Amino acid sequence: MTPLLEIRNLTREFGGLRAIADLGMMVHDSDLMGIIGPNGAGKTTFFNLLSGIYRPSSGEILFRGNRIDRLRPSEIARLGIARTFQNIRLFRELSVLENVRIAYDSHLKYSPMAALFHSTRLRQAEQGSTRAAQELLDLFELGSLAHERAGDLPYGSQRRLEIARALALRPSLLLLDEPAAGMNPFEAMKLLDFLRWVQKKFSLTIIIIEHHMQLVMGLCTRIEVLDFGVRIAGGSPTEIQNNPRVIEAYLGAEGEIP
Amino acid sequence: MKNRLLTPALLLAGLAISAILPATGLVNDYLQFVLVSLAINAILCVSLNLVNGWMGEFSVGHAGFMALGAYASALLTVRLFPGAPPWLIFPLAIVTGGSVAGLAGLPVGFLSFKTRGDYLAIITLAFLMIVKSGLENIPFTGGPRGLLGIPHFTNLPWAYFCCVVAFWGVRNLVYSKFGRGISAIREDEVAAESMGVDTRSAKLAAFVTSAFFAGVAGALFAHQLQFINPSSFDILKSTEMLVMVYLGGVASLGGSLLGAGVVTVLTQILQPLGTWRMVVLPLMLVLLMLFRPSGIMGYSDWSWLKPRSERNPKPKPEPKR
Amino acid sequence: MGSLNYFCQQAINALQLGSIYALIALGYSMVYGVLSMINFAHGDVFMLGAFFCLLLVALVPVPFWLALIIVMGSTALLGTLIERFAYRPLRKAPRVSAIITALGCGLVIQNVTLGFSPYARRMPSLLDITTYQFGGLSISTLQILIIGISLSLMVLLDYLIRRTPFGMAMRAISFDRATVPLLGVPANTVITITFAVGAALGGAAGLLYGLAYPVISPTMGIAVGWKAFVAAVIGGIGNMRGAVLGAFLLGGVEVITVTLLPSTYRDLVVYSLLLVILVFKPYGLLGKPPLQKV
Repeated sequence: MTPLLEIRNLTREFGGLRAIADLGMMVHDSDLMGIIGPNGAGKTTFFNLLSGIYRPSSGEILFRGNRIDRLRPSEIARLGIARTFQNIRLFRELSVLENVRIAYDSHLKYSPMAALFHSTRLRQAEQGSTRAAQELLDLFELGSLAHERAGDLPYGSQRRLEIARALALRPSLLLLDEPAAGMNPFEAMKLLDFLRWVQKKFSLTIIIIEHHMQLVMGLCTRIEVLDFGVRIAGGSPTEIQNNPRVIEAYLGAEGEIP
Repeated sequence: MKNRLLTPALLLAGLAISAILPATGLVNDYLQFVLVSLAINAILCVSLNLVNGWMGEFSVGHAGFMALGAYASALLTVRLFPGAPPWLIFPLAIVTGGSVAGLAGLPVGFLSFKTRGDYLAIITLAFLMIVKSGLENIPFTGGPRGLLGIPHFTNLPWAYFCCVVAFWGVRNLVYSKFGRGISAIREDEVAAESMGVDTRSAKLAAFVTSAFFAGVAGALFAHQLQFINPSSFDILKSTEMLVMVYLGGVASLGGSLLGAGVVTVLTQILQPLGTWRMVVLPLMLVLLMLFRPSGIMGYSDWSWLKPRSERNPKPKPEPKR
Repeated sequence: MGSLNYFCQQAINALQLGSIYALIALGYSMVYGVLSMINFAHGDVFMLGAFFCLLLVALVPVPFWLALIIVMGSTALLGTLIERFAYRPLRKAPRVSAIITALGCGLVIQNVTLGFSPYARRMPSLLDITTYQFGGLSISTLQILIIGISLSLMVLLDYLIRRTPFGMAMRAISFDRATVPLLGVPANTVITITFAVGAALGGAAGLLYGLAYPVISPTMGIAVGWKAFVAAVIGGIGNMRGAVLGAFLLGGVEVITVTLLPSTYRDLVVYSLLLVILVFKPYGLLGKPPLQKV
């Protein structure tokens, strides 16, 4: 079976620094994959390569068997790969609803000329998009905040909004960059249940970068470990927890992963 | 059903009023001149607002687009078809002016793909200087002395009509996926791209539309003053436009009207100051940036200017405890 | 032999113009380096250098060197005032606000000066000029002086930037403004001094320009000052070497243009050159793209 996502010999250099070195990986439909590693391991760089923000220095990224590593981020998004960002990149001045609608816009098909004249067809398309966006917000318990300024939302709601926005793209692959950042262990476990539900409801494949070990070990079926841009281990949660190389990468000597 | 027709009816009534008003003698020539200038300024303001306000860029060179529109339309009516009947040639001149300017918006739009912020400001400035210097050096356009004897085609109904069309066009663009994309670019271009926004189309749409309407304003301007030369479209003109946008409100249709209104009235009031008049506008710009950079109505709008579907529902009253 | 002569003569003219541009361009680049902002008002500070000199000499006849020092001091003061009251409040604001404010300040300065002096003025000669002839080439003491002073000031600036603690602080701020104060460096002081030095150079350029091309006008800030800005951008704004490179390049281009085309084409050529270079090298000849962490 063709993997959903295949990475071959992926390398990315910045000047003299190799942020990602000769990475290889396969992700299959419905996988719940976790990417872990110490800070600076290249995890976000990896996501940036996947979503098209960076071009690889060498190597290939294949999505459903087709190369996507030379495409623009908007093209990759339309192909079905959506992501969230480590630092939450919402459209802060815009409303919650507008944030989601913008992601949904890639499904609307009308030309600038049609927009200029606001034809009935456009109005129907717009109404449809508003409805779909509102439904999505309701699912995420953000419905009542639809007209609030996105930047005014509390932190946890902003995170949820970012995920909702990503889902408005109707992706088949969702990349989550530290969705539990800043959460206490209780909130992180709630997020775990939430993500399990999201994956089922939207039939997604998910790759998640996280530092919250309980979340990652509890959610993911497979984990890849990066250190200094190199893949040092991959396997099931139990295998990773007991892998000496992984332990060493985090703690330098003996010790347990927290 | 009745509601749908209200707005077009009101607008049409406005058009009728603008046509009849001069004839009634209630409005003298000077007042007409001011009202027409207001309409022209409103068009300029809303067009610049599309790029500087909604898209969050910094175009300093919009006077260049205005210049292209003014000259293209004037060359049509003065050199190509002198003596043609106004009702035929004027709309053609306006559309020509807008189109020439709009076309010039394409290269600037393309240049905006790779550059943002400071460098785009520099590029638009260079564009302005090139247009101005180019016009000064082409004998066909009258060189530094400019074009004279442009027929006085611009009147209140025409100015009103073009103003309504400009606002309607920009409003439709803003409340469409292109407008949302443009706002998304302003907020966070990387995130916008990652959420599927075709930032290139959006930028081109913004620059071309903006340039087009600036050109339309230029055409109206030329046929109001009956005389244009390259120094009418210099950095001070661009500054005027900037004050209108940043005073009235960025990313706001109502703000554009407001800004244009204030600046038009101010320009008239300050006439007796002579050369010192030109200190006030840049000074206002500095004070605005220091104390109120998004303007009076920044990022918000009056409901009646928004499409029906976009008007926010009244918030539900809090249930009594 | 005749055309070689002509070429050398024009080269001297280009050197003179380029040196003046370099002094102004360095001011633009220094400020961009520490604050990442385009100080659009700088061109008008240059213009005021010439007008301050005019005013000074009209009130008190002073010798050339004293005039130079007083003018440089005055423009330095002006530069710090602008920074303190118009730019510092906007340090945290989006870049667009700062650029617009700078534009506004520059235009205010220009138009106030226009209010006081609507017409162009003639700058009085402050020196006795002798012209030397070397086998067909003529070079005046004024040209030597201008090129000499400009080069000396540039060398002084280079020393300041590369070999003094102040210079190191300046360069540090251009890389990371936020952490520098944490290291005990008074960022505000460094920035103020940067503005002062840049403005002083601009003022000197104004005085020298007035001596070289004695008709000065309040619109000089845009007509001449902005060309130095173009030079700084062509070289790579924020980069000192780039500023100097761009300035002499532009001086050469302008001089060549005037020999081949009517002088009204100057602006057209200069700004078109800018656009062309930016299309192929978006950050200027020696500039580097800003690093953006995603």
